[in-house]
Amino acid sequence: MERALNGFIRALRLAGVEASTAETIDAAHTLALVGYESRDALKASLGLVLAKSETEKQLHDEVFDRYFQVAEAAPSPAAQHDDDSEEGKTGDGAPESTSGDPRIDALMALAASGDGQGGGGGAAASDQARAQINRAATEAGADEIRFQTQTSYYVQRTLERLGIQALEARLVELLNQSTSAAQAEAAQLGAARDRLRRMVRAVIDQRYELYGRPATEQFLTEVALEKSLAQISNADMPRMKVAVARMAKRLAVKHSRRQRVQLKGQLDIRRTLRANAGRDGVPFDLVFRYKRRDKPKIVAVCDVSGSVSAHVRFLLLFLYAMNQTVTDLRTFAFSNALYDCEGPLERLPFEEAMAHILREYGGGGTDYGAAFETLESDYWDEITKRTTVLILGDGRSNNTPPRLDLFREMADRAKRVVWLCTEAPPRWGTGDSYMLKYAPFCTHVAHVATVTDLERAVDEVLEAY
Amino acid sequence: MPAELSSVEAITAALASVGYIATRQISTAIYLAQHLRKPVLIEGPAGVGKTELAVSAAKCLSFPLLRLQCYEGLDDSKALYEWKYGKQLLYTQILKDKIGQLVGEKDSLREAFGKLSGFQDLFFSRDFLEPRPLLQAMEQKSGSVLLIDEIDKSEEAFEALLLEVLADYQVTIPEIGTITAQVPPIVILTSNNTRELGDALKRRCLHLHIGYPDAALERDIVRARVPGLSDKLLAQMVAFVQALREENIRKPPSVAEAVDWARTLLLLHASVLDEALVRDTLNVLIKRESDIQVLDDRVVPLTRAALEGQKKGG
Repeated sequence: MERALNGFIRALRLAGVEASTAETIDAAHTLALVGYESRDALKASLGLVLAKSETEKQLHDEVFDRYFQVAEAAPSPAAQHDDDSEEGKTGDGAPESTSGDPRIDALMALAASGDGQGGGGGAAASDQARAQINRAATEAGADEIRFQTQTSYYVQRTLERLGIQALEARLVELLNQSTSAAQAEAAQLGAARDRLRRMVRAVIDQRYELYGRPATEQFLTEVALEKSLAQISNADMPRMKVAVARMAKRLAVKHSRRQRVQLKGQLDIRRTLRANAGRDGVPFDLVFRYKRRDKPKIVAVCDVSGSVSAHVRFLLLFLYAMNQTVTDLRTFAFSNALYDCEGPLERLPFEEAMAHILREYGGGGTDYGAAFETLESDYWDEITKRTTVLILGDGRSNNTPPRLDLFREMADRAKRVVWLCTEAPPRWGTGDSYMLKYAPFCTHVAHVATVTDLERAVDEVLEAY
Repeated sequence: MPAELSSVEAITAALASVGYIATRQISTAIYLAQHLRKPVLIEGPAGVGKTELAVSAAKCLSFPLLRLQCYEGLDDSKALYEWKYGKQLLYTQILKDKIGQLVGEKDSLREAFGKLSGFQDLFFSRDFLEPRPLLQAMEQKSGSVLLIDEIDKSEEAFEALLLEVLADYQVTIPEIGTITAQVPPIVILTSNNTRELGDALKRRCLHLHIGYPDAALERDIVRARVPGLSDKLLAQMVAFVQALREENIRKPPSVAEAVDWARTLLLLHASVLDEALVRDTLNVLIKRESDIQVLDDRVVPLTRAALEGQKKGG
């Protein structure tokens, strides 16, 4: 019982539901209260205890179904009777004992019961069989499975645990004899072995789905987060989308809190007097002054030209994720001219929004000067003393005028100007790069090479509020 | 423990008796809340009956309902307890007059001090304590339902304040000591998710998500709340509301609005849904002007679909 629950919680954690130790204890109490009798009741109860948000609930339900999966042969939901099935080996489902070796008989019975043909055993024997195989799989270390290619290995190990050697030895022996009786028995044994193998394989596949796949997925995501942005391939994109969305959520949660900062020691005299008017002006309740933190207001300007083409998908993905979480955000994209991309980011799903932006706005040669000019003429009012201007780009302006005067004016207007540069510092200022010219006006310049870098940089931007 | 809480089915039946149609999830949550002694945190869109669940649970168990509405700036003096300053002041005045007599008999300062120290405890005692909802809930002798409504509206600091109450069902008052609940109340917290709640709070609670109900459940709910409505009209209006939720609008109608609409239709003596009727009463369901405009040309097909679906179903 405890083991079944532990395995389930491990699978849950791998799937991304953060179940703490305290919640595990709650789950054990719940289990003791509700029991295994009704599958639906258990699912509903554990869902209440372990999953703490809507997405977690979905994950929980998926993992629950996969973990407490019941084969069609056995309609009875009581799948995990680990304790009562000790006698399963010599159990009641052994009608066709032919060989005389008890170990082989047990395996034959196991194979037969698993297929639902176990004569007297029926569904109960099937449950016992599954429990027995599950136990053998655990002993064989199948919980450690990481890759799909390991399946055959663990199937073999589990079969060995079940004692398949005796059956195979007998099979070889029989195949060497040429009597028809021996041939018939060999055929029977062979069929039983294949059935067993199928049953064990199903169990191992289930373990892989529970433990192997999520672990691999987690590992690949970790690698992708540390990968250079330029090397992020198409295959990484779905993974990146999840990771970036999670990151944007994390940042939003962190920075959406604490809007009021108490100024300790500065008494708000007016409100203190008012609060204590009923007590003859004796100041029992002290009211301190506080200041409101500005909500982050961000104007993001993203380079989508040819020179950053390797990064552009990623930068847009980031803008998209930000747009879903930060409420006061204006996003612009530019190559040779500047465009407002609020519309596509708001309305379309990411793939379409990205295609749209690249098609409509991208591809041209970079012209930072022109971008700042458009910003000045059309959107200057967006930049106020509360605004952080976030520039994503490499600072290579194709030898067009960089319009440093406008950039400087913008820096004066805005609260902060943060430049997230896709190029490494040694390359700043080489060729047509104006990075070193722009840098003095920026509050913060960071080289962003990986997703982790990006998260850190944006965290700092939002921290300033 | 009341018999209504002995099983999940009993809870469902008890809630139904006061007009609250609960899903299995909801009844299980109340069941576990009672037996694991854990608070329930309910999230979900507005108007699906989060607050109503607490009210109904209190009603069907005949427990007192203690309600704490959260808002920005809520602090311990409004949630836990407060000292009755006025009474304390008055007491000080009386003490001032008496103090001369008391101290006068004593010769040394030490003796006078010893005499006075006996009165200090009196000053910060239960007589001067004004219990607020959280403390009131702890003090109920025979169980209660404590509703902490819209917890997401309060500040982070208040969440931290709740942790002691929610985990151990006790309130610590520095001057007096710790007051532990005789019978742990059933605690229900609701949140509309305007901000993410802290992990510490979530970990201490059971988490229940109430979404929009499916058609069959919604029919049951509306029938329970608005008894006079004919089955035909009921099926039509629920089908319409369900279809409306699929539309691309900012604020889809929730159960509360569906019930209001059912009342409206009953009041207008409508027997069957038609386009003019829907158009006239749409503002009961949809509260945003922009949404009403979006739906302007969708009313006709939606109404037809609701009528046809009902024919197929019936």
